[in-house]
Amino acid sequence: MTSQTAHAEPAEAAIADTTAIAVDVDRVSKIFRGETEVRALDDVSVGIRKNEFFTLLGPSGCGKTTLLRLIAGFEPPTMGAIRLGTRDISRLPPNQRPINTVFQNYALFPHMSVAQNIAFGLEMLGKPKAEVQRTVDEMLRLVRMEELKNRRTSEISGGQQQRVALARALAPHPEVLLLDEPLSALDLKLRKDMQIELKRLQHETGITFIFVTHDQEEALTMSDRVAVMSAGKILQVGRPRDIYERPAERFVANFIGESNFLDATLSGGTVELAAGGRFDVRVPEGVRDGAVSVLVRPEHASVRSGEAAEGETGATVENVVYSGEATVVHLRLATGEAMKIRLANAPQGGEAPPQTGGAAAIRIAPGAVTVLKD
Amino acid sequence: MAETTTPTPTETAAPALTAPRREPRGYSVRSLPGFAVIAIFTFFALYAPILILVTYSFNAGTSLAIWEGFSLRWYYQAAANEAVQDAAIRSLYLAFCAATIATVAATMAALATTRTRRFPGKTMIYALINQPLMIPEIVTAVALLIVFAAIKVWTGHTSMIYLIAAHTAFCVPFAYLPIRARLETMDNTLETAAQDLYASRWLTFRRVTLPLMWPGIVAGLMLAFVISLDDVVITEFVKSAGQETIPTYMLGQLRRVVTPEVNAISTVILMAGVILVALFFRLTSRRR
Ligand SMILES: Nc1ncnc2c1ncn2[C@@H]1O[C@H](COP(=O)(O)OP(=O)(O)OP(=O)(O)O)[C@@H](O)[C@H]1O
Ligand SMILES: [Mg+2]
Repeated sequence: MTSQTAHAEPAEAAIADTTAIAVDVDRVSKIFRGETEVRALDDVSVGIRKNEFFTLLGPSGCGKTTLLRLIAGFEPPTMGAIRLGTRDISRLPPNQRPINTVFQNYALFPHMSVAQNIAFGLEMLGKPKAEVQRTVDEMLRLVRMEELKNRRTSEISGGQQQRVALARALAPHPEVLLLDEPLSALDLKLRKDMQIELKRLQHETGITFIFVTHDQEEALTMSDRVAVMSAGKILQVGRPRDIYERPAERFVANFIGESNFLDATLSGGTVELAAGGRFDVRVPEGVRDGAVSVLVRPEHASVRSGEAAEGETGATVENVVYSGEATVVHLRLATGEAMKIRLANAPQGGEAPPQTGGAAAIRIAPGAVTVLKD
Repeated sequence: MAETTTPTPTETAAPALTAPRREPRGYSVRSLPGFAVIAIFTFFALYAPILILVTYSFNAGTSLAIWEGFSLRWYYQAAANEAVQDAAIRSLYLAFCAATIATVAATMAALATTRTRRFPGKTMIYALINQPLMIPEIVTAVALLIVFAAIKVWTGHTSMIYLIAAHTAFCVPFAYLPIRARLETMDNTLETAAQDLYASRWLTFRRVTLPLMWPGIVAGLMLAFVISLDDVVITEFVKSAGQETIPTYMLGQLRRVVTPEVNAISTVILMAGVILVALFFRLTSRRR
């Protein structure tokens, strides 16, 4: 049997260093009282570090926009505090917070030109004319919009509007930039370009970005850290790799990437799969010995035709789906559990994938088994 | 029985052959029988008398029924008539004052009913602002007459203030409607964005809300102006002696001799109204 220690990563070590915290969300709740009471945020705490590309990821209605609006100051928190560094800003109006927002619908001023839009924040801060001019030009260059500076905002494309919105929010050089699904209105190609563009801007300006999306791929590719939200709570915060490979809960695992959930028994740092196989695992806090649910990512296991040998798990092949760069093999384990395994495709003539209906042997990579909290 | 109810093959085939000839179209009121006839008749009934009125304003003769050749005689006569001049200046002055005050009030009312959190009685206030549109004008006129008559007797003061107050009152809902419509189609996040970009409340209003609602305000002002300009009933009841406006002057004339001078004045008012309404539609339809 394979027995491998899962290496624990010192992911959250730096969080103790409070001087590096840009935005400190401290036990914040937000309750909307209407005909019914909506608890949009439920005791949320998170520290967002300086110069970080931080992403809030979660399904629709989980409270992402609400958290952003609270940080921007458009709504007061019902409970808890929001600090900028160590300064409590919970009661400051939005125009007194050094935080700017890129709105989902861009919210460009239709009665102003591109340059006037970008200048707005600087003018409101009372910056001298020459400085406003200089910064606007700099911003236009940064987002590559120099030629269109005198256009009306209704006379430019969606992607260009997006960049004007970015430039307008970056121009006053805020400490924190909030972005609420800024790419969701763009088509796929433009979106990929803007993802790279955003990363570049964040790198060049050194501003802390808090980015909202419900696109998991976007979150994984762009972020330094991701917070996965559900129903007004933050379930897990971590680097994309931690979130993907070591999700704390079934919800997180399910929301990000494809998952196999298998029944297992935990005893003293080792799990035994119901379908067979023993693995050393990292035991999350609060999980006790006994029946547990474990996660295996489809690409973290391999499968071949034939009977299971030592260290492998037997299964029957139910379906084989070819999808270009990979082949997904759907399997049924002896316990009746379903499992899918993703095999990278070799050039034709290489080893053939298992055939539907045949017996197969699964080999799960060491460290690929993650114990879930629930 | 079965033979009479079951259609023969030819019967079922016949509509199938003819029906596809017509392109399947969506529902259109134009296909309703008589629709076009009623529409044409309505336009005719609306515009034919006006056309006649305008035509006879150019009549060389004194008659309103017999055409005696083209002339601008009545326009000259009206322009030279001191009573007409006096009434015209009073009408414009009154419309200007009333429309301006009404538009300022309507702008504030529109902001209060669209740019504030929901508060108890908001719907009620909305209804109260619009209610004057539903009250018969004669009722308002009588009510104002009674109140103002009492005040006039009590104070002995008989300036234009009563007419201005009365016109302002009935102009407010007309000015309010386009302004509110404008505010409602305006994106709220623009104001949020302005505040996010360090604008104070006042600057947000001055730099974002006001410029964007401006077309609505101008439209409201023009509508109020036109409404005030052609009011007869309330003016007739509220005015003190010698305070004729163009419409009440015309009404007075019609009681005596009727000459095409009235037509000429009407035509001028009509043109002013047409121009203002055309501008109004331009302002309210342009940009989103
Ligand atoms: N002003 C409000 N009044 C009442 N309920 C609200 C208000 N704003 C948000 N909510 C509720 O709070 C919850 C969270 O909303 P929020 O807009 O933060 O979700 P979200 O994560 O941004 O979703 P999406 O991905 O769809 O934008 C939802 O249930 C929503 O209905
Ligand atoms: Mg949202």
